[in-house]
Amino acid sequence: MIVRGTDRVLVMGITGKQGTFWTERMRAYGTKVVGGTNPNKAGTQHCGVPVFATARDAMAGAGFDVAVLFIPPLMAKDAAMDAIGAGAKGLVVLTEHIPVQDVMYFVAAARERGVRILGPNTAGAVTPGECFAGFMPAFNERVFRKGAVGVISRSGSLGVLFCLNVVQAGYGISAFVGIGGDPIIGTTTRDALVDLDTFPGTEAVVMVGEIGGSMEEEAAEYARTMKKPVAAFIAGGAAPKGKKMGHAGAIVMGDKGSYASKRSALEAAGVTVLDTPSDAGAALQARLGRAKRPGGGSR
Amino acid sequence: MNFEEHAAKPLLAARGIAVPRGALAQTPDEAAAIAEKHGPVVVKAQVPTGKRGKAGGVKPAATPEEAGIHAKAILGMEIAGYRVEKVLIEEQLPIERELYAAVLNDPAAKSPLVLFSTEGGMDIEEVAAKAPGKLRRKPVDIRLGFSRSDAGTLIQGLDLGATEGKVADALVRLYEAYSGLDAELLEINPLIVTADTRVVALDCKFVMDDSAVARHIDVARAGTPEQLTGLEAKAKTARLKYIDLEGNVGVLANGAGLTMTTMDVVRHYGGRPANFLEIGGEAYTQARPALELLLSKPGIKSLVINFCGAFARTDVMTQGVIEAIEALKPELPIFFSVHGTGDEEAIRLLKERLGVTPLPTMEDACKAAVEAAKTGRR
Repeated sequence: MIVRGTDRVLVMGITGKQGTFWTERMRAYGTKVVGGTNPNKAGTQHCGVPVFATARDAMAGAGFDVAVLFIPPLMAKDAAMDAIGAGAKGLVVLTEHIPVQDVMYFVAAARERGVRILGPNTAGAVTPGECFAGFMPAFNERVFRKGAVGVISRSGSLGVLFCLNVVQAGYGISAFVGIGGDPIIGTTTRDALVDLDTFPGTEAVVMVGEIGGSMEEEAAEYARTMKKPVAAFIAGGAAPKGKKMGHAGAIVMGDKGSYASKRSALEAAGVTVLDTPSDAGAALQARLGRAKRPGGGSR
Repeated sequence: MNFEEHAAKPLLAARGIAVPRGALAQTPDEAAAIAEKHGPVVVKAQVPTGKRGKAGGVKPAATPEEAGIHAKAILGMEIAGYRVEKVLIEEQLPIERELYAAVLNDPAAKSPLVLFSTEGGMDIEEVAAKAPGKLRRKPVDIRLGFSRSDAGTLIQGLDLGATEGKVADALVRLYEAYSGLDAELLEINPLIVTADTRVVALDCKFVMDDSAVARHIDVARAGTPEQLTGLEAKAKTARLKYIDLEGNVGVLANGAGLTMTTMDVVRHYGGRPANFLEIGGEAYTQARPALELLLSKPGIKSLVINFCGAFARTDVMTQGVIEAIEALKPELPIFFSVHGTGDEEAIRLLKERLGVTPLPTMEDACKAAVEAAKTGRR
């Protein structure tokens, strides 16, 4: 899912500390925030937009396309079902630690209705020059200068690092898609790769994966069919086996989901696999040629 | 959260799945006393790991004396890194058939998956590899659940005879337990059919979703706490995710992905990370306790602090780091890389308060820390 400047955004949980902080930034950047939700503050204004009790009310009132959820974990399922039922086009679920069975429930409902979901446990999505949804430093020009490279990452902090490296190498970002660190998520690496492959502003993709699961292997199958060049980094090569490293997704049991398995699947599909994050610049140069943008890049 | 067999079985029993009679013992005398009530028994080591049988942790005993002798041998054993402190003493049952049943979360299908096989008692991954036809699967729409007729279809044509109905009932109850307990995995291996056609769960493995523990507080009391080192336990109390490793380059970063990547880059330049410690998400305000914890780890020669702010504000994290450094005045060399949300303020703070300039990239910081750990010089 790529967020667009024309998307009308509803911030669920808008009145909380983080909801407020990031709504202000989203609006300042150009995201079309049309309202928020908080059942106890319906009818008031917050951050300059109307507050509704539910997503259904918001759809009837302001109308919206994308719901961004700043909702505590045990309440996230109801909020997601509310947004899906209201007819949202897409959901950005930022919440971490939502019970997995709750996630499977609203992901199944979304799939049935053709609703796209980013996350849970995502930092959101950025389309430089247009808008962002979630909590990414889109307004930081050193990280999110507009350009032609799409970036996919489970993790927000790693997403920032790779966008920074792409920009430092003299390129820019067409779209950042944060897919989230949970073991079960709505948009997989492969789904995001398909989105960027068909997104006209994107000429190359940097894909940031992690050990655990099989998403990178599935993405490799699609990468094989792409004309746009793809580079990938897999975090967790030095992680010990059988330990959960924060992201519940990043756990290796036996050889399943191991660094070696992912690396070889990606290489076999013609993807350039990066040893360290700063190799992204050189990989893009090899595949795209020198950055066209004059005056770009500090190295 | 893992549940040992003795903690998982009562949860099945409460939902109508038969389990053998028995009780938990912590001494050979207790074991013998329990055996007295049940006739021939099985003595089973209670540790949160599989392969107990292969390790010699499961022994049949014909008499109470024998039960005591086996309990004495098994108590204190080490199985897969766990010391055995309890044994489950259960009645022996006349086994006619050994079946396999499980419900688990399937990330690929994004749905629950019910598994059934007539090849119980073996490692199910072996069955899946050697005789995939013997393992039946039913992906479940979690909104609809798993019905009696779903169960009937799953076990159709498996020659279960008169017990077919009982096995189907057990499967439905197993799914109800999975659903009601927020299980990640609920597995019965073997599910036995006895000579008198009872269907009984002879073993049970239950893993509860850590994110759902908050809505099962009472049940979770019976779960096995994670095995943690001293520092890991201290970190958990402070709500930090910390894992001890063997190396000498300390790592502090925000976000699991960035922290793993920092470890990877330390390794790439020939260094050995000393730990995993991340202060991402809501924990980004915990930089001070995090760094104080890390500095208390013996054997650390140098430190990389790598911040890339998205949600986590680098200025807030840096403020915490500076406070920890000012309080503890560590001697070891520390190398910073700071980018993203709040970086200008963070870099200003570092210059002003510590007289330090972050290195341009995280690779530079990791490389410098690896060098410093080797030479012991700043």
